[in-house]
Amino acid sequence: MRRALAIAALLAFAGAAAANPFEKQLSNGLRVIVKEDRRAPTAVHMIWYRAGAMDEHDGNSGLAHALEHMMFKGTQTMAAGEFNRRVAEAGGRDNAFTSQDFTAYFQIVPKRALPQMMALEADRMSNLKITAKEFASEIKVVMEERRMRTEDNPQARVYEALGSVAFQAHPYRRPVIGWMDDLEHMTWQDARDWYKRWYVPNNAYVVVVGDVDHAEVFRLAAKTYGKLKPRALPERKPQNEPQQTGIKRLVVKAPAKLAYLSMAWKVPKLKDVDKDRDPYALEVLAAVLDGHDAARFARNLVREQKVAQSAGSQYDAMVRGESLFVVGGQPGEGRSAADLEAALRGEIKRIQDEGVADEELARVKVQLVASQVYKRDSMMAQAMEIGGLEAAGYRWQDIDKNIEKLRSVTAAEVQAVAKQYFKDDTLTVAVLEPQPVDKAATRKSSFAVRH
Amino acid sequence: MKRIAIACLALLSVCAAHAGVRIEHWVAPSGARVFFVETHALPILDVQVDFSAGSAYDPPGKTGVAAMTRGLLDAGAGGMDEEKIAGRIVDLGVRLSGSGDHDRAGLNLRTLSAKSERDAALDLLRTLLSQPSFPEAPLAREKTRSIAAIQEADTRPDSLAAKRFAAAIYPGHPYGASPTADSIGRIARDDLVAFHRDHYAATRAVISIIGDVSRAEAEAIALRLTDALPPGVAATELPAVKNPARETVKVAHPATQAHIHVGLPALKRGDPDFYALQAGNYSLGGGGFVSRLMKEVREKRGYAYSVYSYVAPRKLEGPFEMGLQTRREQADAALKVAQDVLAEFLAQGPTEKELAAAKRHLIDGFSLRVDSNAKLLGYLAVIGFYDLPLSYLDDFPKMIQALTVKDVRAAFQRHVKPEHLVTVIVAGD
Repeated sequence: MRRALAIAALLAFAGAAAANPFEKQLSNGLRVIVKEDRRAPTAVHMIWYRAGAMDEHDGNSGLAHALEHMMFKGTQTMAAGEFNRRVAEAGGRDNAFTSQDFTAYFQIVPKRALPQMMALEADRMSNLKITAKEFASEIKVVMEERRMRTEDNPQARVYEALGSVAFQAHPYRRPVIGWMDDLEHMTWQDARDWYKRWYVPNNAYVVVVGDVDHAEVFRLAAKTYGKLKPRALPERKPQNEPQQTGIKRLVVKAPAKLAYLSMAWKVPKLKDVDKDRDPYALEVLAAVLDGHDAARFARNLVREQKVAQSAGSQYDAMVRGESLFVVGGQPGEGRSAADLEAALRGEIKRIQDEGVADEELARVKVQLVASQVYKRDSMMAQAMEIGGLEAAGYRWQDIDKNIEKLRSVTAAEVQAVAKQYFKDDTLTVAVLEPQPVDKAATRKSSFAVRH
Repeated sequence: MKRIAIACLALLSVCAAHAGVRIEHWVAPSGARVFFVETHALPILDVQVDFSAGSAYDPPGKTGVAAMTRGLLDAGAGGMDEEKIAGRIVDLGVRLSGSGDHDRAGLNLRTLSAKSERDAALDLLRTLLSQPSFPEAPLAREKTRSIAAIQEADTRPDSLAAKRFAAAIYPGHPYGASPTADSIGRIARDDLVAFHRDHYAATRAVISIIGDVSRAEAEAIALRLTDALPPGVAATELPAVKNPARETVKVAHPATQAHIHVGLPALKRGDPDFYALQAGNYSLGGGGFVSRLMKEVREKRGYAYSVYSYVAPRKLEGPFEMGLQTRREQADAALKVAQDVLAEFLAQGPTEKELAAAKRHLIDGFSLRVDSNAKLLGYLAVIGFYDLPLSYLDDFPKMIQALTVKDVRAAFQRHVKPEHLVTVIVAGD
């Protein structure tokens, strides 16, 4: 009982400032979400565009990410690199990231620099200058990024192949960084067209967290972003994945010592925060398997059976596209990828047959509540949480609802989703077959120098 | 930190962002040195306990003992087995992690600050630090996993490059050693027991505490965490670092990108040149897109996604390093550009304009470095472990502000001598 009481008190604390965050929509469609956090005289400013890799088409993979790079290459009034220089001189840090669902830019600054950051972001939302010369140089950087993240990283290559096989029709089959051949043939006009299509206030929202007054931020937003004109957005076709009707298997060969296995089932995503139950039960299932160091994978597969060097599970219910439930890892010493696959299947089967213990469920919920308190030590984490939810089409108001829903998941619901969704017909299995490094042929980096 | 902001208003003084973080320091009756910041803005408590027990103290031929000792603190302690401990950590809603580098090893605890949770969490931490049992079975398993991880890492160009670089700039010194399958294979339970007994002593410990407790509570916590530690041995002297001879090491690998590191042993913690090297390195390769390396290697030529330089002071001379990854066919050309940037910087130092920009960034941006309990805890731990002045957070902006171009150039010339620069290229053509 003591624990239950403590948790109730903490939840009351976590939801303390009732009116916080605050939200306002400008007349051009841009929404501004402000969370006041006065612990330190700093602020996080983020702008999120609802344009990610999933909005690309075949032949143009990697375009959303390439444009993200070009956003630092100058506007009608600012030279290339000037954006970074101004952020740095204000004492701030900035960067950007692109996913399947969105492209986001952020600056973390002393609070007095916030007005300048908003003016800079508003400027590059409408005045970006993309030149052939800057693009030709930057696309080489992107190819180096792909080499570093994917080409020379065997596990990343497995994951890329898994996505492109699990999905036949849905755009999640293309990697965010783009296929190398598409990068080699991308032009500055492609980047310009992408920018004109998606970089408008009615396709974006701003998230500010920090030592700010929300009314003042709304006023600044009207002064900066408020001047921008909205434009109609292109139609987005659903591109739903057809029903998978049989197991898919694939192999990637790359220089490595340890094999690696990844298994992905098609499972539902969260569509209706109020009515859906299964996505929450799947979230809890993922945590029962791999949510903490006492969870089943670490305890049973790594420590007890030693069939895994490492093992993990991953499920993201809140996405624009479709959800996969992924489990995988590296086989332990003397064990094969097939052994690990059997063991991972065994863990899921045990839950199908025997369900989960109340104690396991309680542990997942304690972790959940504690993390809600701990996240408040980081402004960036709070901004990311708000922005990430909005990117996937949910609302920041759903954050507290999601916690409540997760806390309400029962052991019977976890067992039910384990039984319902983990069938071979919707499964894709990817395996890394390690190749000896000294015998592997040097992989000449394919490159087409374009002038 | 809300509390501090209010205090500043009350005094009607202009509060610089960094000012006002009050670090309290005392020595616990056990001999442990304690560093504490009181802040009640969130109902959480962070505690980090570090010992002079990093990998530099590995016994000869048994590289990996320090990391294994720290890694197995939660494999059994005080009559609990590893599953009991793992379950206990989860039930308490605690975040417990290990941290270790060449100089330090320790545990890091984040807990809710309500007394019942906090006391239980701290009791657990005390047990792990004071009474680890290092059981045979988890040790055998972790040796196997560690060897597999080493063999896997040795197939990766990035890990290979980092390892070869450390070995090349610290020849024959513990800072240059990396665990191997052989060195891990030789580790026995007695090694862990002995390492813990000698190194996990209160007199070798620094306790950093930040969060929602009072000074009196922090004093009780620090004492309780350290009063059952082994007596240990007095501070061990590490062998002096010798400067390496200039050389280039090439390692064949089939990767598409070459991984290049250039550097040398450069700076001890507490060296007054720290500030000049930090400010200078910002312009050279530490300041992201505004740095010279980024401009010349990435922005102008598209040679690399990542190119950087850093200075990482340690107890003894920590490394200065610049590094990049580039398509293997152009490795030589990219290296040449980076070398030219460094040579020019060493000869001239930053421009007046660059130094002014670096000062603005480092001084105005200092508030970002201390805007969370987690970040402040990191500073507390470094200030405590390396005997830096308690006024470090207040001094930093002043020391940066006082620098001249001449200071920065002279500091670089003192610490980055071309005749000792080592270059490692993995997967070059």
